[in-house]
Amino acid sequence: MDISHTLLIPLIPLLIFLVLGVFYNKIKPIVSGYVGVLGMLVSFGLSVYTAYQYFLVNGQIDGVYQSISQKTVWMRFTDTLHIDMGVLIDPISVMMLVVVSTISLMVQIYSRGYMKGDSGYTKFFAYLSLFTFSMFGLVLATNLFQIYIFWELVGVSSFLLIGYYYTKPSAVAAAKKAFIVTRFADFGFLIGILIIGYYTGTYDFETLNQPDGAAILSWTSGSFMGLSILTWALILIFIGGAGKSAMFPLHIWLPDAMEGPTPVSALIHAATMVVAGVFLVARLFPMYYFVENGFALQVVAYVGAFSALFAAVIAVTQTDIKRVLAFSTMSQLGYMMLALGVSGYEGHEGVGYTASMFHLFTHAMFKALLFLGAGSVIHAVHSNYLKDMGGLRKFMPLTNITFLVAALAISGVPPLAGFWSKDEILVAAFEQNKLIYLVGVLVAGLTAFYIFRIYFGIFWGKETQYKHPPQESPASMTIPLVILAFLSIVVGFIPFSEFISADKTGFEGHLNYPLAAIATAVGLIGIGLAFVFYKKENDLSDRFVHAFGQFYTWTFHKFYFDELYLFITKKILFKNVSYPIAYFDKKYVDGSMEGIGNKTVWLSEKIKKIQSGRLQDYAFAFVSGVVVLALIFVYFLKN
Amino acid sequence: MITDISLYEVLTVTTLLFFIGVYGFITRKNLISMLISVELILNASVLNFVFFNQYLYPEMLQGAIFSIFIIAVAAAETALAVAIIINLYRKISSVEVADVENMKY
Repeated sequence: MDISHTLLIPLIPLLIFLVLGVFYNKIKPIVSGYVGVLGMLVSFGLSVYTAYQYFLVNGQIDGVYQSISQKTVWMRFTDTLHIDMGVLIDPISVMMLVVVSTISLMVQIYSRGYMKGDSGYTKFFAYLSLFTFSMFGLVLATNLFQIYIFWELVGVSSFLLIGYYYTKPSAVAAAKKAFIVTRFADFGFLIGILIIGYYTGTYDFETLNQPDGAAILSWTSGSFMGLSILTWALILIFIGGAGKSAMFPLHIWLPDAMEGPTPVSALIHAATMVVAGVFLVARLFPMYYFVENGFALQVVAYVGAFSALFAAVIAVTQTDIKRVLAFSTMSQLGYMMLALGVSGYEGHEGVGYTASMFHLFTHAMFKALLFLGAGSVIHAVHSNYLKDMGGLRKFMPLTNITFLVAALAISGVPPLAGFWSKDEILVAAFEQNKLIYLVGVLVAGLTAFYIFRIYFGIFWGKETQYKHPPQESPASMTIPLVILAFLSIVVGFIPFSEFISADKTGFEGHLNYPLAAIATAVGLIGIGLAFVFYKKENDLSDRFVHAFGQFYTWTFHKFYFDELYLFITKKILFKNVSYPIAYFDKKYVDGSMEGIGNKTVWLSEKIKKIQSGRLQDYAFAFVSGVVVLALIFVYFLKN
Repeated sequence: MITDISLYEVLTVTTLLFFIGVYGFITRKNLISMLISVELILNASVLNFVFFNQYLYPEMLQGAIFSIFIIAVAAAETALAVAIIINLYRKISSVEVADVENMKY
């Protein structure tokens, strides 16, 4: 299969970024919007074409989906250890191409309406294109180093877009926080990459991921603190992934990242960039599964499960709708992680892997829809807070319906997309680990509850008196909503397990009716509770808050994790480590350098008088020098 | 061959001439006088060439030829220097070397 056209998919957004960036002042906003959308449309078309070619026409040989790569050596260290640049086409990268290009296209169309009249309109589209380029590069990467390069690039674009309203101090702080926290996690990723390079002698995914290959078998060769050194490397790489995917305890940046414009939250902090961590684990899945019998995978499973529960509990109490969605994203990412964690490898045992990727796919659709719907609401009422909303169904019928579709999808109500993927995750968890299964079911209920809490809070609930009656958003914003709502309904029917599976052979998926019934029932209970609490304005929820007492306060403050981090960084690290080091640096390192500089200035002040500018002084010095040299030659160097 | 005059006596004269030139170059205040001093230095060296040729290799002519070259170069150099001095005089109405010290630190 010829894959050279896939190289164009990332390069088109890069070109658009360069054009919009270079001609930033010369392009009219309306033109830059069209350029962005058209370029994205081309990338989208190519991605869908690639997916069609790969999945349905000629990606398989003997029932196994092939890994096809085109690469060129970029840096050569030894004959086996070199860094390549290229594209790698396999089931998950093709699927990610479709996800990224679809959401990116929808968000660009949406942004033309949402960002209308903003002074940085062109800049915004340039940044979006930069992000899309980086994300495509990340999913197509052929080796660990290439993925790391694009990993940092998406981090930078995320930083730029969170801090897009750079005159707002909170946005600046959020951008810095996101960058520093993810960067801190990426440090682990880098060390993991280096360990893998040292012990296996390769960075290439295809070589690393052979189940009985030398790379995986080399895990027995070294150990550190009772675990194989490769297990440590994989855990370190997972730390990098956990930072990007906002897993506990590196989740603190994601809620603050909501300071960015809402389309950015939909694209980067819900559908694409934050799933990079899940994608990374999936990309190295054979390594995670086979090295030391999957110890690192256990870590992934428990961290994922805990994050899912932790975030879902916090999401119930938040009042800023974007923050609810942010915690919901974190919770769903935890879901994907736990699905990977409980997955096996061969055939039907790999259902967790399939389910994780399936959930990634469906979640991208309905979570982007939720964010864009929330953006539409925020656009209309100019507030992020639930207290300023209520009764909006009369003013914004289209937003109401699409938001409801997304909410039903995330709650796992059949036959919408979320139901199918969530069911597969629960099946995988049930077969492997009952504890994780129970957490999954609990989270499913909580998810349904908190999402319908904000749904009823926004569109039903109290009849808020608005100064200016809110209006339905323009067509450029509602069209993406309708398309995404349609996708949220239908993508669940894709027979995912035949396309994407851990061993790439595909298997026939089937619904597990008892488990599906339990999950659906739990979801419906969550929706029902939300209905009772929030459909009409009443004091039931307040009474429950009182019943929970202290626990509610903790949850409302996100279990004080921000405060804990601030305490550790400010009170302990800065005070006891950074300030003494900074003092030493200023006083002694800088001081000695400055001292040398000052002494040089002083000396030159003293000796610059020699340069009098008088010709005869120079001539005198010259002649005296000649005389002295002559004397030396005559008297001392005669022989 | 000049009789009864040894090379040492001749060299004493040219050395004196050379150092008078150097002394003049360093002490004169006027640029023209300095130029004349430079000519003295050059002439001392020309005389040296001629005398060494005459005393050491009387049958050869290289020294004399070199002296002619040096005279030509000196003429050209003097023309250049005078031109510079005239331009300087037009600018600052002075040929005193003390007035030309813009090149200091």
